[in-house]
Amino acid sequence: MRSKLLAAPYLLWMALFAIIPLCVVLYFAFTDFYTGAFTLANIIKLADYLPIFAKSVWLALISSVICLIIGYPVAYYIAGRSPLWQRLLYMLVMLPMCMSFLLRTMAWVAMLEDTGIINSVVKAIGLQPLPLIRNDAAVILGMVYNYLPYMIMPLYTVIMKIDRSLIEAAQDLGCNSSQVFRGVILPLSLPGIISGFTMVFVPAISTFYISQKLGSPGTTLIGDVIESQFKTAYNPNLGAALSLGLMVIVFICVAIMNRFSTDDDEGGVVTL
Amino acid sequence: MAKELIRLVNCQMAFDDEIVLDSINLYINDKEFLTLLGPSGCGKTTTLRIIGGFLQPTSGDVLFDGERINDVPPHRRKVNTVFQKYALFPHLDVYDNIAFGLRIAKLPEDEVDRRVTEMLGIVSLKGFEDRKISSLSGGQQQRVAIARALVNRPKVLLLDEPLGALDLRLRKDMQNELKRIQQAMGITFIYVTHDQEEALSMSDTIVVMDKGKIQQIGRPEDIYNEPKNAFVADFIGESNILDGIMRADRLVEFFGRKFVCVDSGFEKDEPVDVVIRPEDIDIVAPDAGHLCGTVTSVTFKGVHYDTIVDFKGFKWLIQTTDFCPEGSVIGIRLNPEDIHIMHKSEYSGMFGDYSSYSAEYDEIADPEYTEEEDDSESREEERNEE
Ligand SMILES: Nc1ncnc2c1ncn2[C@@H]1O[C@H](COP(=O)(O)OP(=O)(O)OP(=O)(O)O)[C@@H](O)[C@H]1O
Ligand SMILES: [Mg+2]
Repeated sequence: MRSKLLAAPYLLWMALFAIIPLCVVLYFAFTDFYTGAFTLANIIKLADYLPIFAKSVWLALISSVICLIIGYPVAYYIAGRSPLWQRLLYMLVMLPMCMSFLLRTMAWVAMLEDTGIINSVVKAIGLQPLPLIRNDAAVILGMVYNYLPYMIMPLYTVIMKIDRSLIEAAQDLGCNSSQVFRGVILPLSLPGIISGFTMVFVPAISTFYISQKLGSPGTTLIGDVIESQFKTAYNPNLGAALSLGLMVIVFICVAIMNRFSTDDDEGGVVTL
Repeated sequence: MAKELIRLVNCQMAFDDEIVLDSINLYINDKEFLTLLGPSGCGKTTTLRIIGGFLQPTSGDVLFDGERINDVPPHRRKVNTVFQKYALFPHLDVYDNIAFGLRIAKLPEDEVDRRVTEMLGIVSLKGFEDRKISSLSGGQQQRVAIARALVNRPKVLLLDEPLGALDLRLRKDMQNELKRIQQAMGITFIYVTHDQEEALSMSDTIVVMDKGKIQQIGRPEDIYNEPKNAFVADFIGESNILDGIMRADRLVEFFGRKFVCVDSGFEKDEPVDVVIRPEDIDIVAPDAGHLCGTVTSVTFKGVHYDTIVDFKGFKWLIQTTDFCPEGSVIGIRLNPEDIHIMHKSEYSGMFGDYSSYSAEYDEIADPEYTEEEDDSESREEERNEE
């Protein structure tokens, strides 16, 4: 009873700022811009945007995987330091997040553009300028750079909590260090991998700013399209339908990822 | 028959300048059941961790079969451990926990299955194969930990209080079972326990430790009957420990009386600690005893009564099946073989007194030795030092 009472403000918040907006989105997605009558036209139109959806999923997926590959060793390293170093390194990881997201992305533009810092150096030593910006790689770089801390945080938390005695037990039972990793550390950090993956994937799939600044027209992502529906094309009904489509995709992806963890909880074995 | 397997040479362990193990010298024979016994924090787990390879001694050597293994990592040692805190894998079920080591050793799966199933039977956990570790009780977890180590049939098994979480009945069963397995499979056991009864009944050799030092090594009977100092005498069983003076070989004086004993090899007039086990004391009529005192408390313990008797201020514990009511006056007799003499040690005066001591006592009937009553002064001084 008491706990219900304590949760009341949050429930109210949820109702005001999550459920009601969702209803508004649903309303717009299924109505006509001019008449306001019910229509499936917006939803049907989503089919035109399938390639963009696919591209968004693809780039977000690649970014998440790269974040995992970079982030896991970093998190593992930090978790193994002394408490003082842990705090220091963790701060260092978090530090970029203290700066504006826009500023960070703009900084990359300044570095990568044809007349940017890197290419100035390249030109100064007499080479052709490199195509560093306005391509997929630059967008992925922007995503990885911006969202990497979201991968490291949950991984670090989970790895840090792994009981050292379990590692000793595995060694005692004959595991060399790579077997300890595969048999004990990796399976026990699976929850961290899943939440880190989710925390990178979800913002990456819906981003619009990164792709606008670092990408080309060919790397237009679903977030960009949604933004333009509200700001330039002024078709909020299609925008709402696109948002809905994005939401469904995110839900599906998160559900798939969570299956991994629940499977494991039910006694799945990671083979050595 | 006894071939030496493991030897610790002058092992010292320090954590940030705090010495927790001090010059440990110890050897363990092949197929031996050796127990490390001592109070909490005395360094038992640390000793095991050094043998298991999880700690490097600050100085000193660890030898296995005559070879120095200080730098051999745990996974390359022919040793398995039952950890004090179990350290079971939470992401695996009971079966996979027990099978872990066998799978690492790449045994064929049918062999794994055979051995795990056999082990589950031994620790009475048949039917628990698919249970998650977190759903087990402490005692069940402890038995999984035993099974997980034992199933590998190691040359040496380190057991860190492996039965601590079990109830008395299950504990006794598991004691027998472990002892049986140890003998049947010829495994060397290095066993850690707080429980002196467990140590006495299971071990070939007992190592009594305190404050990071070995106090005594010996067979259970020797440790019990011939404790080296007041600490050992008190930790292994109950003891009345008195100040005495060795007047000659096989002649000790305490309580202002001289008693014949069986110990020799002490200096003449050397101050000593005298141990008298509470179960060795014979209660007789007040006028027929060597000493005579008043019963101040009686506690029923099942097999016997714990009777505290006041011998003019110094209280003794006597364990007897005869009920002597509180307030009654009794006499006691001591046979020579019931009196055990120890050299003075840093532990003298710290143990074996069942009361606050009073230096005053009256003379009572002493059948054998009545002369020489002049040294009560010096005894008093000794005690007052503490
Ligand atoms: N990693 C460590 N750092 C600092 N001190 C330690 C460390 N490990 C053990 N100690 C200290 O070493 C001493 C011996 O510890 P140990 O665990 O060997 O005791 P124990 O005999 O096993 O006790 P118990 O019966 O309670 O398990 C203790 O005082 C403990 O605080
Ligand atoms: Mg311990």
